[in-house]
Amino acid sequence: MSIATDPNAPGPHAITASTTASERTAPSAARNSHDTEAADVVKVLRTDGRLDRTTDPRIPHSDVLRLYKAMLRVRSLDERMTTLQRQGRIGFHLGSLGEEAAILGSAYAMRDQDWIFPGYRELGAALLRGMPIQRYVDNMLGNANDPARGRRRPDSYGWKAGRVNPISAASGAQITQAVGFAWAARMKRDDLAVLAYFGDGATSSNEFHNGLNFAGVFKAPVVFLCRNNGWATSTPTERQTGSATFAEKGIAYGIPSVRVDGNDLLAVIKVTQDAVERAARGEGATLIEAMTYRMGAPNSDDPRAPLAEEGLDAWRALDPIKRVRRHIERIQPWTDAHDKAIEVELAADLAAAFDLAENTPEPSLDSMFEDVFATPPWHLVEQREALKSVPRAGKH
Amino acid sequence: MPQMNMVQAINDALRLEMRRDSRVVILGEDVGKVGGVFRVTQGLFDEFGDDRVIDTPLSEGGIIGAAIGMALYGLVPIPEIQFSDFIFPAYDQIVSELAKYRYRSGGEYPAKIVIRTPVGGGIRGGHYHSQSPESLFIHVAGLKVVCPSNPSDAKGLLLASIRDPDPVLFFEPKRIYRAAKGEVDEGDYTVPIGKAAIAREGRDVTIVAWGAMLYECLEAANQAAAQGVDAEVLDLRTLWPLDIDAIVASVKKTGRVVVVHEAPKTCGLGGEIVALINEKAFLHLEAPPARVTGFDTPFPYTLENEYLPLAHRILPTLLETARY
Repeated sequence: MSIATDPNAPGPHAITASTTASERTAPSAARNSHDTEAADVVKVLRTDGRLDRTTDPRIPHSDVLRLYKAMLRVRSLDERMTTLQRQGRIGFHLGSLGEEAAILGSAYAMRDQDWIFPGYRELGAALLRGMPIQRYVDNMLGNANDPARGRRRPDSYGWKAGRVNPISAASGAQITQAVGFAWAARMKRDDLAVLAYFGDGATSSNEFHNGLNFAGVFKAPVVFLCRNNGWATSTPTERQTGSATFAEKGIAYGIPSVRVDGNDLLAVIKVTQDAVERAARGEGATLIEAMTYRMGAPNSDDPRAPLAEEGLDAWRALDPIKRVRRHIERIQPWTDAHDKAIEVELAADLAAAFDLAENTPEPSLDSMFEDVFATPPWHLVEQREALKSVPRAGKH
Repeated sequence: MPQMNMVQAINDALRLEMRRDSRVVILGEDVGKVGGVFRVTQGLFDEFGDDRVIDTPLSEGGIIGAAIGMALYGLVPIPEIQFSDFIFPAYDQIVSELAKYRYRSGGEYPAKIVIRTPVGGGIRGGHYHSQSPESLFIHVAGLKVVCPSNPSDAKGLLLASIRDPDPVLFFEPKRIYRAAKGEVDEGDYTVPIGKAAIAREGRDVTIVAWGAMLYECLEAANQAAAQGVDAEVLDLRTLWPLDIDAIVASVKKTGRVVVVHEAPKTCGLGGEIVALINEKAFLHLEAPPARVTGFDTPFPYTLENEYLPLAHRILPTLLETARY
């Protein structure tokens, strides 16, 4: 890890009686692309595609291939969404460019009965759990078929059949709820763990504190997956925390933690599996810091911040998808044509979904007043009828 | 039927429901071993154990966030916030999450909890042990707010709140935790949410009130009667969604109304009630609707009885409205 330099300091971490706070070189969470080379960071897949035998979780090749395709699909989807947003065909999109291994590896490692509580950048996890593209696109457009009934902005999906909790917006709110959910399962002696995703930014939230504190006290079977992607919108990690790492925050709550190369699909799977096994044994929660990098913009609204360009080239060399491909190529033939086929299939699926979604009407006026409560009370009935008695707004 | 005070009635409701439904879980600060700082959960830890009556860390946000997670799993959590003055660290989870879970998920994920919390002044609690924050929750779509004034209603309304599919804030007027006594049916019964009760029938002027101030209104009504003014006192019982039909029926009968509440005047529930009366019963009004409320100041310690809308402060407005 890099340490903030101070020309007056006696040396890293040195604190003497006469050292003032400004002279002291504090540990810093500042990131660079070599951070994953630290000794404590779990690694399996080298950039040339070879495996470290001592850490290899021995995933069946068919699963690795399936995950590779899933990673490629979600990246392809992100690229298309960015284009569609520029064309004005969708309002907003949160991509996960560069973080595909961190997200898909961890989601894969959970068992079928386990639940996922996403933050907002983990579309790959929902897709891996079987969320249909159509459902995603209906939610994107907020049409009458949208499960959220056009109430949310894009990328606010849930997928109950796949045990994926719906996305909020308040950073970190899902953390405390994931803990309550897992804790309830433990109380009921249910063999269930919960994967709670969040970014480096959310670790500053009171929800992170509340959630991890409760998880530590009650040994809730939660796998906390912190996607340390280097940025919270425009805020770099060294401005997010005075801690040297995000993993070490677990110490404060009595929660064991581990750092993993977040761009190493197999390493992410390994540490997540280990965490699930700990949870299943009744040993409680684990904090995983998946070290990755946000290769794209924070979301489709924000222009690419110049700051985010720093170090991008170095991180491109650590691209998670390319690394898995090199691994696959060592086992079976794989060419650009294979990749292209996956991209073409995704494009076709997306086009079909958009075709249907764009020809689906808006949600009804009545639906705006439903689900506030289980049954609309008198005041909502009155407000609904009052709205229906005046002219409609034009299309926006 | 046995006599109970409000603490005993609420305790009775919790015990009944925990026996009836194994999904019910109580959590909060000091609710378990000690039975709550007001002893409302006394004895429940001994009967149901620490898996169902849970002492939590000091973290209102954690309590409510975790309770939401438990509800999503399928439990029926009844978290306690020790004083409503301390509910604010949980405000984000309540308004951003709890209130919106059903709506934002198209009905797929209802998150149902009952938040129990003592409200109101009268115990020399000062700023941070006396507040009545109902407006701050009513103004957020998706939350029901209930406030009983007597033990029998407290038990029935709590059982109704627990069984209601929506999130409920159950406000317990701490001033009358022990002072309010009455007959309480030992069996299983509910009092419907959204229905007011007429505490005193009258012809000349309507008082709309709830919680501890209901007794002050009854006292003021008695004093008014000695001066020839016959007041009807309506106990709202549910603050939201309130019983608009009962309010309108009473105002149509009397033509005059006074709303009484402890919470500060501006943007208090009284303002909403007056607006609704204007919309629905304007032509029946013989006098401007009036409010007797707490002031737009933090809740004072020494001058508490000047701040609270007690009988001596209700009476002048009551008479003025009746004689307008």
